[in-house]
Amino acid sequence: MTSYIGTATSRIDGRDKVTGTARYAAEFGAPDLAYASLVTSPIARGRLKRLDVTAALKVQGVITVLSHQNRPSMADNDKAYKDQVAPRNGSPFRPLYDDGIKFSGQPVAVVLAEDLETASYAASLVHVAYDEEPHVTDITRQRYNGMALKAPAKPRGDATKAFSESDARHEADYFVPIEHHNPMELYASTAIWNDGRITVYDKTQGVQNVHGYLCGVFECDPGDIRVMSPYVGGAFGSGLRPPFQVALAVLAARAISRSVRLVLTRQQMYAIGYRPAMIQRIQLGAKADGSLNAISHDAVTSTSEYEDFHRNETTWSSLLYRSETAKYDHKLVRLDLPTGCDMRAPSAATGVYALEAAMDELAEALKMDPIELRLKCYSDRDQSNGLPFSSKNLRECYRQGAETFGWSRRNPAPRSMREGHEFIGWGMATGVWEALQMPIAVRIALTSNGHAEVSCATADIGTGTYTIMAQVAADMLGLPLEAISIKLGDSTLPQAPVEGGSWMAASVSNGIVTTSQAIRDDLLKLAQRLPGSPLKGRSGDEVVLANGAIALKTDGRDATAIADVMRSAGIDRIEREERTTFAKDDAHAHNTHSAIFAEVRVDEDIGVIRVTRVVSAVAAGRILNLKTARSQIMGGVVWGMGMALHEETLIDHRFGRMMNANIAEYHVPVNADVHDVDVIFVDEQDEFVNPMGIKGLGEIGIVGVPAAIANAVYHATGVRVRDLPITLDKLTRKA
Amino acid sequence: MNSFQYSRAQDVADAVRQSAADGSAKFIAGGTNLVDLMKYEVERPARLIDISHLPLRAIEEPPGGGLRVGALVPNSDLAWHPQVKERYPLLSSAILAGASTQLRNMASTGGNLLQRTRCLYFYDVATPCNKRKPGSGCAAVGGINRINAILGTSDVCIATHPSDMCVALAALDATVHVVGPEGERAIAMTDFHRLPGDTPERDTNLGANEIVTAIALPARSFRTHYTYLKIRDRLSYAFALVAVAAALEIEGGIIREARLALGGVAHKPWRDPEAEAVLVGQSAERNTFAKAASVVLRDAKGFGHNDFKIDLARRTIIRALDQAAQGTPQSQSDKRIA
Repeated sequence: MTSYIGTATSRIDGRDKVTGTARYAAEFGAPDLAYASLVTSPIARGRLKRLDVTAALKVQGVITVLSHQNRPSMADNDKAYKDQVAPRNGSPFRPLYDDGIKFSGQPVAVVLAEDLETASYAASLVHVAYDEEPHVTDITRQRYNGMALKAPAKPRGDATKAFSESDARHEADYFVPIEHHNPMELYASTAIWNDGRITVYDKTQGVQNVHGYLCGVFECDPGDIRVMSPYVGGAFGSGLRPPFQVALAVLAARAISRSVRLVLTRQQMYAIGYRPAMIQRIQLGAKADGSLNAISHDAVTSTSEYEDFHRNETTWSSLLYRSETAKYDHKLVRLDLPTGCDMRAPSAATGVYALEAAMDELAEALKMDPIELRLKCYSDRDQSNGLPFSSKNLRECYRQGAETFGWSRRNPAPRSMREGHEFIGWGMATGVWEALQMPIAVRIALTSNGHAEVSCATADIGTGTYTIMAQVAADMLGLPLEAISIKLGDSTLPQAPVEGGSWMAASVSNGIVTTSQAIRDDLLKLAQRLPGSPLKGRSGDEVVLANGAIALKTDGRDATAIADVMRSAGIDRIEREERTTFAKDDAHAHNTHSAIFAEVRVDEDIGVIRVTRVVSAVAAGRILNLKTARSQIMGGVVWGMGMALHEETLIDHRFGRMMNANIAEYHVPVNADVHDVDVIFVDEQDEFVNPMGIKGLGEIGIVGVPAAIANAVYHATGVRVRDLPITLDKLTRKA
Repeated sequence: MNSFQYSRAQDVADAVRQSAADGSAKFIAGGTNLVDLMKYEVERPARLIDISHLPLRAIEEPPGGGLRVGALVPNSDLAWHPQVKERYPLLSSAILAGASTQLRNMASTGGNLLQRTRCLYFYDVATPCNKRKPGSGCAAVGGINRINAILGTSDVCIATHPSDMCVALAALDATVHVVGPEGERAIAMTDFHRLPGDTPERDTNLGANEIVTAIALPARSFRTHYTYLKIRDRLSYAFALVAVAAALEIEGGIIREARLALGGVAHKPWRDPEAEAVLVGQSAERNTFAKAASVVLRDAKGFGHNDFKIDLARRTIIRALDQAAQGTPQSQSDKRIA
């Protein structure tokens, strides 16, 4: 019997997606559907003074205009608005709650009409007057006014002294601007009204998180609301927390006792979350042989005025490299913007960018090959706590990546390699992320016709979760892939965490294993009842489900068809739901690693940068599906190119407003920007991280890519650009 | 988006009549810019007059040479037309440097001329903009102006013309044929678009009820020494930071005729006869090109974020003239700059 795990299996939902039968949140409807359109604030801070809806209400087809003045009741305490992913400290944004304005783009009214065109036209007729208050949206102005966080690791030794005594030193600031996720699918919620009960079709990374949030906000029983999200057109972290449109769609449905659909515009989506702007200062000191004396990493990141959102940028420099001394600092700055949120590899995409760009500069100061420096500081233990890694095959990532890329042919001198009008630059960097898993419940219903339905309230945000779930279930139940159907994205299904942090593949796969073993044990008991069963006296561990039969694991002999076992017992369905928790492994650190190699070509006069080759060598435990895994990493690489060269949300600080909130002016890479991307999965077996040895791939693909490209741009041009994105004007600007 | 009336024009005369009867009507063909602007509430026409089915889709060779392009010829059809590819490769190349395949399939030639200018503030009705709301102020001066103009600006507007096609048409000395209540007239391409002055709300010199019917290309086509070099923040599907259309006639290494037009730097495609005069009679070499660039940019003025465009324009002009002189035009599919 062939095993599906580890093969390049095509997406089981691929056909539905390309033929349009896969339905997304805005594609569900009901006969009584009303359409919602938002009125948003042009000011960044203040109060709503006056709301004039007279003209809007006069438009034929308008049902009502909702605002804080006439909305149905909502909870009046912060706890009700705290979803699973909300920052610990702060007071979550309450949409349409009162007259307070906390950010430009904040919804202040919802127009409901019989069709979308009428709703959006009437929204343009709502006149709002504001009392404006002074605002601050510029992180550079607030750099020294941040609150110190306790998050960073403890210092080791006297890093200041060690730095000053180092043979080679590097010290610089690295800036990352605000970036937005820009998933292709617009955020949307369709709330279907059914006699006071509501089913919400929502774009989310966690149906149960949204469900809990809505029950809290609207103070209703869990049975009154159901959240469905069968397909998600990309989210990348922006769908971890419930965005304001889902609360507003439900609020509107409750207000008019009808079904309501609310689809955000691209511009409105810029107010639901973003990667916060940050300034990082890195100091690296080394002995002449390249061994690190001192690492110092100070991060200043930004959040809103009402919630303390941050991740821990300094974590990565505290674990990755051996250094005699180290110190870390993280300050959080308040700005009059919506709260930021997780965006692919939150803290690592940014923190590792700064660290790895700085390592390249240190290598140059030491006149050392960048890989050699990293090998010199290589650590088999997490430097922040001294724990050995459950597995770490980063050395092999460096070796295989360098070999595939041809790194040994690199001339280390900047501006030394060229072809025609173009300088050629080769850069590399390390990537790192954490390997996590979360408690999860999985239900499996096996029927005697040889079909199994696997259910779990997880999400497939485009990553391939449907497919890997089917692969694991097929292998564990001994059935062909076609005999497995997957149900996910429904809040009434068995418990699942939000899909994020790269933890879902490990969590749900191990969850399927647990429940499959329960099914196997049930089958074993039934089989043992058969007259003369060769499985008598055998335990569950001694048997296996394969080729539609239950058999002895040792030699596969004495197989009995599952259908026969069930028929003889007179049952046609075995259903089990099991919860899987993971034993805490305090003896190890658990991480994925990668080595990224990038080639850029930069025009000598014009400064146009082309990324012509990227090799990403990844060590991430067991790979479940070579095809979807490769796509995950390629997507991360392309995003890393965007972070390095293109992406930046521009704020006019006079207005406190994001000015390029559309995909014409907010640039992400297009096909012409993407040339050869080579993905290598380095063999890595891990017996500690979880029973299946799965580490997750969602984040690791982007980590390190921006630094590898920045380092390649330096190698090509001799110019260090330390404020992303590296646009061509920065190559020629005066210092 | 506002609520609007929709009507179809029976013929060109009917289109003009309908427009004259309704002061806030707009013609719609491909709609690739107008519909966006309506969604952003920047344009709020009370009526859309659909002209997309009018018989203005021909590409013809008039007696006396040249080429006459109907206003409703889709951008893709124009770019890939055998006569255009063969005789006016500069135009073909410029069109293919713009937008995306899907947009070029939809966009009309006349509509391409009538794209509104580009500026972050023009597109955001929550901010001041003299073009959108005369007298409200220019937020781009002193604001985020990396994409804005360096030539021909005024105190009240620094927006840039967005088209690539129009830059090539300006270089080729094309003529725009229009019909209005007073009948037909022809406008030189170089006079079609305006500088902002103190009336930035007017992008072009097209009369209120006039309709573009055709573009006429003169016989001289510069099929040997030309290039369209577009510099942008990513390698495709982005507006120009700086674009240069260069066309030369060279005999024995000496430039006999020169055309130089810039995109992304002004409120209109930027032609400069003085710079072209600097080239004519000189040998086709870098020093000559650098002199011409200096002349083009003699009055260039940055507004902070876009200061870099002045030097970028200089380098791009030199490279473009070099590409044209060498007969190695910029490829619009391979983004490596020749």
